[in-house]
Amino acid sequence: MVVHSFYVINRSGGLIFSDEHFIPKIELEKTFSYPLDFVLKQGQKGVNVEFGQRDGIKVGHTILSINGVPVQGNFIDFSAPSTTANDDDQQISTSTSHDIISYLSDSTNYPVTIKFGRTRLNSNEKLILASMFHSMYAIACQLSPELNSSGIRELETDQFKLYCFQSITGIKFVALTDTRQANVDALLKRTYELYSDYALKNPFYSIDQPIWCPLFRQTVQQAMDLLEKTGSPYT
Amino acid sequence: MVVYNLYIFNRNGQCLFYREWLRRRPGTMTQEEEFKLMNGFMHSIKSFVQRLSPQDLKDGFVSFKTNCYKLNYYETATGVKFVLNTDNNVGNIRDILHQLYSTIFVNYIVKNPSCSATDIINTEQEIFIEKLDEFISNLSIFAQTNKA
Repeated sequence: MVVHSFYVINRSGGLIFSDEHFIPKIELEKTFSYPLDFVLKQGQKGVNVEFGQRDGIKVGHTILSINGVPVQGNFIDFSAPSTTANDDDQQISTSTSHDIISYLSDSTNYPVTIKFGRTRLNSNEKLILASMFHSMYAIACQLSPELNSSGIRELETDQFKLYCFQSITGIKFVALTDTRQANVDALLKRTYELYSDYALKNPFYSIDQPIWCPLFRQTVQQAMDLLEKTGSPYT
Repeated sequence: MVVYNLYIFNRNGQCLFYREWLRRRPGTMTQEEEFKLMNGFMHSIKSFVQRLSPQDLKDGFVSFKTNCYKLNYYETATGVKFVLNTDNNVGNIRDILHQLYSTIFVNYIVKNPSCSATDIINTEQEIFIEKLDEFISNLSIFAQTNKA
């Protein structure tokens, strides 16, 4: 039972705090000969598998590296010194870089070793998803068949559950856990307490702005650890 | 336990069918607008869930709960979407929605030569509506409170 991540969304839908507690790394490296057995497509964040699942490579997975060289968006540069994996996925195209799709459609480059995986959300995407959730929360009240409905409290999929707690002041505390994790509501209540203690009492914190207080992050992480180990976020 | 209402959408996002058994809150918009909102809502939830998930999803979005209702979602491989609102005490009703699709929708809409599976189901399809009502009211989750 794990807590995957935790977010705080302010009154206007802005993401003011995010913490990735446990995100499993899904990566797979394999050597391929020409031609490839699956269809690739250029996506927003790089080259994705569009069709043809096999050996654990799923539709939607992105190419992370080719022959051990990390890709940069839709391009790969074998001559450049290996850059550290960047969080913001800049698309760099220099004179020595190749377009991945045309590189992989050239049979002289084979055999080739490709690493596939799920990409992590970058900070920009997290902001987008947070404001998306903010509006989904509001639409859930609009479409209610019953009077006085709140917004989404608990959203379930086959792989994870999302819990949301909105304080009276309109701040949303959102936790992503696996489907079997219990007592997440207590965790969200606890983080609200921590927010009031460590973020709001900090004289350098202005409301609705991102939370940088190290103590808040630390105590939230503690609460998540405790919930996973003992089933309760309180010591 | 209560069953509120059911929406069926085709893969183009058109609302094929709507039926309500109980609805305490009057709509604040026209029905047409509500269908569009619901369809767009489901669409954004699907892409939201897809991008947020830490693992690869199989079925994807299943349901969400608010403080007073639960929205259950089921999508077939052909893109027909079923949205059933119930109260919060209902567990996972994925197989019920699947049954609704396979025994009611397939038998009385898809197998009916006089109507197409991608067109709006009009009120002349009495047999479909009748069988649907029967199916829903025989469910264990459809209890007395619904009739009150």
